[in-house]
Amino acid sequence: MGKEVLRNKTPELTRMVLDRFEKTGTSVKTGLLPAVKIMQQKGREAFLTYGIPGYKNEKYRFTPVQKYFEKNIPPLMVPRNRNFKLDDIFRCDIPTLNTFMHVVLNGFYFEETSSLGKMEDGIRIGGLRQAMKEMPGLVSKYLNLAAGESTDGLVALNAAFATDGFFIYVPDNVVMEKPVQVVNIVNDNQSDLVQYRNLIVLGKNSEARIVVCDHTLSEYESLSNSVTEVFMDREARLDMTRLQNENNNATNITHTFIRQEARTLLNNNHISLHGGHIRNNLDIVLVGSHAKSHANGLFLMDHDQHVDNHVFVSHAAPECFSNQLYKGVLNNNATGVFSGKILVEKGAQKTEAYQVNKNILLTDTAKMNSKPQLEIYADDVKCTHGATVGQLDEEAMFYLRSRGIRENDARLMLMYAFAHDVVRKIRIEVLQDRITELVEKRLKGDIPKCHTCLVNYS
Amino acid sequence: MLKIENLHASIEGKEILKGINLEINEGEVHAIMGPNGSGKSTLASVIVGRDYVQITDGRILYDGEDITKWSPEERALKGVFLGFQYPVEIPGVSMVNFLRAAINEQRKYRGEEPISPSEFLRIMREKKNLVGIDSALTNRSVNEGFSGGEKKKNEIFQMAMLEPRLAILDETDSGLDIDALRTVAQGVNALKRPDNATIVITHYQRLLNYIVPDFVHVLYKGKILKSSGKELALELEEKGYDWLQDDNGNGGI
Ligand SMILES: Nc1ncnc2c1ncn2[C@@H]1O[C@H](COP(=O)(O)OP(=O)(O)O)[C@@H](O)[C@H]1O
Ligand SMILES: [Mg+2]
Repeated sequence: MGKEVLRNKTPELTRMVLDRFEKTGTSVKTGLLPAVKIMQQKGREAFLTYGIPGYKNEKYRFTPVQKYFEKNIPPLMVPRNRNFKLDDIFRCDIPTLNTFMHVVLNGFYFEETSSLGKMEDGIRIGGLRQAMKEMPGLVSKYLNLAAGESTDGLVALNAAFATDGFFIYVPDNVVMEKPVQVVNIVNDNQSDLVQYRNLIVLGKNSEARIVVCDHTLSEYESLSNSVTEVFMDREARLDMTRLQNENNNATNITHTFIRQEARTLLNNNHISLHGGHIRNNLDIVLVGSHAKSHANGLFLMDHDQHVDNHVFVSHAAPECFSNQLYKGVLNNNATGVFSGKILVEKGAQKTEAYQVNKNILLTDTAKMNSKPQLEIYADDVKCTHGATVGQLDEEAMFYLRSRGIRENDARLMLMYAFAHDVVRKIRIEVLQDRITELVEKRLKGDIPKCHTCLVNYS
Repeated sequence: MLKIENLHASIEGKEILKGINLEINEGEVHAIMGPNGSGKSTLASVIVGRDYVQITDGRILYDGEDITKWSPEERALKGVFLGFQYPVEIPGVSMVNFLRAAINEQRKYRGEEPISPSEFLRIMREKKNLVGIDSALTNRSVNEGFSGGEKKKNEIFQMAMLEPRLAILDETDSGLDIDALRTVAQGVNALKRPDNATIVITHYQRLLNYIVPDFVHVLYKGKILKSSGKELALELEEKGYDWLQDDNGNGGI
């Protein structure tokens, strides 16, 4: 990070946001783990140092975070409006995933009082707040370990004030048979700024499949700033899919930090189906040798929607493999950004690192900014990157039409094909099928409601 | 069936076809020969409605109707088919979905119900045998990773599936070894009916040993220099194109 980033360029806004949080107060002042207190203090200091990223901030150049915060949306610091049955507002029926569905509502784990789900083999899933009580040692060891190094003011803001989110722990040598599904819902009768914090710890040689859905049900304007930390011990395997299906009034900023020890295997899929403003920061560090990392992304935006994927993959150990595959379709006036960085550190010999970003613009007014960045300090490295921004393949269009397929259907076929390249990377078959369906609906121009989800996305 | 009258066409302002006249009737096989760059593929392209070729004069009549304003899919649904010289690869679109979509469009056009899965599989199997295409290829994306020869066979396979009235085969023979050529030709011959017609574009006589044309036309610099019976192909094979001259004394290579 250059010195540029280190100076807080928005001191007044930063101060105002901080005041707003501190005046609103938090329900949890007592009984906090020392580690959490330290995180909050460090977060507060870092927030004052780095601040809300201003318009000139290089990392947020194309995403006006300053504007989002200038709207002064009040932070939600305590759970509220929880007196309803979840089933009445939300049901998700991705088959077989139901078994392990967990909900985070407005930043707070929904079943606040219940203890962490205990499953055979010692797997623990539940709320982060609960995990602080029940597994203080583990939480203290990992919480903020990766995110704490960030020079991003928004990550710091989360550290300073977020108190809950979801928590998943899989012990050494345990394979979680069924996927876990976590649904983040923003739903309130007012505008909220929500922050939550998620922690995933995978023991040695363990395996998990996790689906995270971001949904905004509220019609009010919302701003979400979440941090997820994932720690994968040696030989752990993780398949994680995040599906963002939110309304146009939602601004969703996510920060995901993944640390991979030796011989771990990560398959991370990020599907942005719908949403007002989306900014995803993905920060992967290959800490141990022979780690493999696949970061896949698909975004489908239309009208005035905006999506910005900022991916950073750092090869800190030798003989690791990484691949970034991000594809996007932008319609109307939608804007998209992909900024993918590969860093190969000095000792990381025999690195293989690849990156591809392909985009289709369906109109003249849709815009895409694609910025690959390579920083390589080792000499024995295989590294490629490529980015394309274009229209649908005219030759292919003609080929299909020349066989009698109508222009519109031909266009859809090609768009499905384009998107399917990413969707097929999802390793949970039922989820892959459901997402295929949602993507097809989305591309057809239908509103991609998640099947029995009872709320409209508008 | 097809009548081309004084057809002039350009690409990016450059005139490529300079007054083509051609008439094709049901049951006929026509060969169009000519050296590279003479406009054979361009002629095929205008017939199937590629929009980068602009018609500046003349018309194309299909069953008496001027089709020059028709969309490519309308032409296809009325039975016009092009076997491409360079079939495009379409990653992510499976052969099966593609063919099913094409067949169902045809059926819809004729007011029929969509094809049943079992019927579809049966026809696929039958036509695969007919053109000798490797069974595994139909499990892939359209033309993706196909060899040159496989791509050409795939064009004939699609022709067999769609059973067009007017098939235009653009250099289907290039890239095929002699065995493949023979199978493909047998396939084309097997599809021949009294009410359909075929235009075979080639610059070798070789293919015409297997698909015997009723007429041979020589296209050169955007004009048809000579039309004759099948013996013309042999003559061209022997003498090249040099001896051909049009009425104005143009010609020669
Ligand atoms: N897409 C195109 N853009 C520009 N020029 C073209 C294009 N296709 C063909 N041409 C030109 O048109 C002429 C005829 O080409 P073509 O029809 O492909 O000939 P043939 O099939 O007889 O070899 C050539 O001069 C070629 O360069
Ligand atoms: Mg040609």
